[in-house]
Amino acid sequence: MIVGARWLAALLLFAIPAIGLAGELRGTGNLGLVIERATGSVLIVDTGARQTIGRVEGLGDLSHASVVFSPDQRYGYLFGRDGGLTRIDLLTASIAGRVVQAGNSIGGAISDDGELIAVSNYEPGGVRVFDARTLALVADIPAIGADGKASKTVGLVDLPGRRFAFALYNAGEIWIADLSKVETPAITRLTGVGKLPYDGNVTPDGRHYLAGLFGEDGVVHVDMWQSPPKAERILDRYGHGDEPLPVYKMPHLEGWAAVGDRLLLPAVGRHELIAVDTRSFAEAGRVATHGQPVFAVARPDGRHVWVNFAHPLNDTIDIVDTLTLKVIHRFAPGPAVLHMEFTPRGNEVWVSVRDADRVDIYDAATFAKKGQISAQKPSGIFFTARATRIGQ
Amino acid sequence: MSTTTQRTPARSRLWPNTAFALIATIVPASAGEAAPDPVKLANLVRQDCGSCHGLTLKGGLGKPLTAEQLQPWDRDQLVHIILDGIPGTPMPPWRPLLSEPDARWIADRLKQGNLP
Repeated sequence: MIVGARWLAALLLFAIPAIGLAGELRGTGNLGLVIERATGSVLIVDTGARQTIGRVEGLGDLSHASVVFSPDQRYGYLFGRDGGLTRIDLLTASIAGRVVQAGNSIGGAISDDGELIAVSNYEPGGVRVFDARTLALVADIPAIGADGKASKTVGLVDLPGRRFAFALYNAGEIWIADLSKVETPAITRLTGVGKLPYDGNVTPDGRHYLAGLFGEDGVVHVDMWQSPPKAERILDRYGHGDEPLPVYKMPHLEGWAAVGDRLLLPAVGRHELIAVDTRSFAEAGRVATHGQPVFAVARPDGRHVWVNFAHPLNDTIDIVDTLTLKVIHRFAPGPAVLHMEFTPRGNEVWVSVRDADRVDIYDAATFAKKGQISAQKPSGIFFTARATRIGQ
Repeated sequence: MSTTTQRTPARSRLWPNTAFALIATIVPASAGEAAPDPVKLANLVRQDCGSCHGLTLKGGLGKPLTAEQLQPWDRDQLVHIILDGIPGTPMPPWRPLLSEPDARWIADRLKQGNLP
């Protein structure tokens, strides 16, 4: 048995190129995962060396997959579209646990203490919560709206105090689940918040949860510091009743740009970012962009925001100066730019170029290309520094 | 399935010229004349339809697009949905990007469950 396992380990080491993993002491703070969406695999990357150091396969349908990290930044929890929840050991490039916990899923979150993994599900609609170590189911929260119908859930994030927040897509609600006693989750339900909330996210301090609406011109804001929390509409009629353009890819609020006292949000069906003042939650300006924004990701220092776009304008990135709200640089890395992730201090940014089967690495100050790695249909890029951030 | 006419004038006013440049690469020659390009269309269905309907087309925020799930709809209804979208839902009109032969090809492949 043991001999067999050693043989297998040796074979795996041969199969994965340039491995600097088990057997050698190393930290994980400069590691990350790149999703290869079509092949159901992830690359383990070293952001300092700008290299792939491992690949983990057999992870199911990874369209729209995302990752959160354990507090020690050794394990990545991967949420697949097919309901797969996989615990990946970055040091050994191996699967350290996997369950297929639902039929159809959309992202997840890790509790502030690192003990619970929550997964947002479309089918059956709701949130399921797992022990972060064993992946055993510890709580099941079906999303039955005030209308009595099951709802898909979106925009799941962690909040301080072993809590999670998420939105009910069909029912138009926002729920806050307090899992300080995991056997008896305490749910706060905010009903009738707006039509078709398609995604949600929380500010880095864990205070302000925002859900974007697809069915209406507006955004829902919940101040989590108020007791009881209330859902309030902001940016009402931001489209001014203009006919929206067709939306070929839903915008994402993940990785949104929270910059000083401003938030930059993608507008639905418009070629714009909307700046929101994070004290008054009133509009603070707009940025005309190349196309319909999908991700608007702030460089960690907040000075620039990098924006990618929906099909068919998805070969381009705009870089926005957050002082002037102007696009200061526009360039086309290649076909189907899907995601951008900054290194922890923001000196470099990794960009997945899906249809070129490549991840490009740029200097975030000069915008010069510094390197690239090969990847099969890469989508999301997730660096371990996310482990330290609320809502990520 | 509501039948709504699309607001082409508004779109052509707002839609940037770069989009037309891209359309030209997706749909060679003028729409309706060129034969559908199976490689490009299959990639579009998997990757771009897949962002809502799932890479394996088993559903996501959008409904599953498996042959079984699509049984209640005939080909013309699917072509209409693809080209003109479903108002009031996130399903957008693809007419700016796809020709009718393209949409018929996609509808046939989905109905028959044989997307290459």
